[in-house]
Amino acid sequence: MINSNILSLKNSRRLNTLIIGVFAWTVALLIFFPILWMILTSFKTEIDAFATPPQLFFTPTLENYALINERSDYFHFAWNSVVVSFGSTIIGMLIAVPAAYSMAFFETRRTKSTLLWMLSTKMLPPVGVLVPIYLLFKDFGLLDTRTGLTVIYTLINLPIMVWMAYTYFKEIPKEVLEAARMDGATVAQEIYRVLLPMSKGGLASTVLLSLILSWNEAFWSLNLTASAAAPLTALIASYSSPEGLFWAKLSAVSTLACAPILIFGWISQKQLVRGLSFGAVK
Amino acid sequence: MSNLTIKNLKKSYADTEILKGINLDIKDHEFVVFVGPSGCGKSTLLRTIAGLEEATSGNIYLDEREITDVAPAKRDLAMVFQTYALYPHMTVRKNMSFALELAGTNKSEIETKVNEAARILELQPLLDRKPKELSGGQRQRVAIGRSIVRHPKVFLFDEPLSNLDAALRVQMRLELARLHHDLNATMIYVTHDQIEAMTLADKVVVLNQGHIEQVGTPMELYHRPANQFVAGFMGMPKMSFLPGQIIAGDNSGLQVQLASGSKLEVPVRAEGLTKGSTITLGIRPEHIQVTDQQEGRFKGRLDVTEHLGSDTFCYVQTSAKETLTVRTPGDFSGRFGDTVGLNFDAAHCHLFGSDGRSLERIQSNF
Repeated sequence: MINSNILSLKNSRRLNTLIIGVFAWTVALLIFFPILWMILTSFKTEIDAFATPPQLFFTPTLENYALINERSDYFHFAWNSVVVSFGSTIIGMLIAVPAAYSMAFFETRRTKSTLLWMLSTKMLPPVGVLVPIYLLFKDFGLLDTRTGLTVIYTLINLPIMVWMAYTYFKEIPKEVLEAARMDGATVAQEIYRVLLPMSKGGLASTVLLSLILSWNEAFWSLNLTASAAAPLTALIASYSSPEGLFWAKLSAVSTLACAPILIFGWISQKQLVRGLSFGAVK
Repeated sequence: MSNLTIKNLKKSYADTEILKGINLDIKDHEFVVFVGPSGCGKSTLLRTIAGLEEATSGNIYLDEREITDVAPAKRDLAMVFQTYALYPHMTVRKNMSFALELAGTNKSEIETKVNEAARILELQPLLDRKPKELSGGQRQRVAIGRSIVRHPKVFLFDEPLSNLDAALRVQMRLELARLHHDLNATMIYVTHDQIEAMTLADKVVVLNQGHIEQVGTPMELYHRPANQFVAGFMGMPKMSFLPGQIIAGDNSGLQVQLASGSKLEVPVRAEGLTKGSTITLGIRPEHIQVTDQQEGRFKGRLDVTEHLGSDTFCYVQTSAKETLTVRTPGDFSGRFGDTVGLNFDAAHCHLFGSDGRSLERIQSNF
């Protein structure tokens, strides 16, 4: 009797695992499907891409990629993306780390509301400030420059970076930093030799998130750049309008634009999960 | 040389005054313990000395040099934290050499000093481990090692044993006492544990609500507490307090009547108190004997008894609802609800005025 109870408990547990597994795979496939479809379409001819019903099996072709390579300089746009993403991330971190340090370890009555206020700026619709920012960029000669784009990305991502770094710093016992202070460390040494090594996991995910957000950003890049500083998001957009929609080519260029960051994300997924759960997973 | 002088030190957070004017002299080689209940300001005082908290007003001098506004790094003090506060990403060796590296000490000297500290604290086999691979006691030893290597002028300890289990705490207490003897250093130690205070200190500073209640050797505090707070705080179990009234007084002492009606003459000076003044009588558990019902000065009903093996602590309620704590031998066999007699020598009693101040003894045998 007891034995059979244990057995059925085991069975029901196994069933549970199965259901959860099937459910998880379904959700994952649903989310991944558009990307898969994009990649498939990029290897179709324009005619195959339009076919109804959509074809899952077809003769793959590289003609879209060849054409894109001919028509636009992929590496010019990719390089812009790299420069702007890394540039804004580095500058952002240089500002976010000291800011989060002071907020986490020298908290005042207004720290919490400052943090909330910073984050609340993310809730503003960007288009609401498009005109003033466009005019400012024009006056300062920042339109269609990588500097301009870097500045705007830094500002966009800064609230999230500060917030994340703050969360990670909060997990570090204050006494360890005080011990460093007693040991004779200056503020810079305290941050560089104790705080940063202790929070490197969290800061790595902050960096990753900032890179991804900058890489994927499209609103400002489309509005503030034309060609010289245009990143990959602008390249994709350039294939969507002038000659009507060419699904296969659009898919090919999108695949090219997404590929670097997808691969990057795949390699660093562990850090990323930790980062996005804001320290809840330890 | 390392004499620390604190003059009228005050510290406030917003509207709350934590330290209300501290004056204190700490001499070279002294082991000074700050003791007091939670929230009395003892940790804040230590952290202000360390420079981790800013003083609101007042001055701190280390030898002749004023250090009130000097950065913690420049004060030449070392601190051991309750939570150890080791650098988790560094090995034990690195933890101990960190301060020396920052100070730009050369490699061979660092090596010598770290090895010397490791030898004193028996940490040699652990030098290449990370803090997370160590037990609590070992971590605390590393934290102490980290301060030893620097040869600071003063060692500061902020409740260093509170996170250890009872057995380890006793062992580390002995090690600290030995360390103080071996290094012959000036140490300031914060604790809420009066046993640590009594056993380690050359000088105990009793703090309460941001001011110093009394400074003295452990025996002074025990035998001649300045006031009722110190009397109640030092000693384990606590001194019992009984309310009473002065009924007469002369050169040899004061006649006191207690709430339960019994009268006794305590050899203390009246110090302005007159007949009819209310006082509190204090008597320590070890000075009370349990006797037959008839012989005792008091009669009482036995409440809880705690058997510790070597001693038994009895809590006795008198007819006037006063509770007395009594230390009896380990084989004491009284039971809950028994009526017992209690006896004590009036010479062992302390008297406190209504303001809590201790009345001075006419002659002390201690």
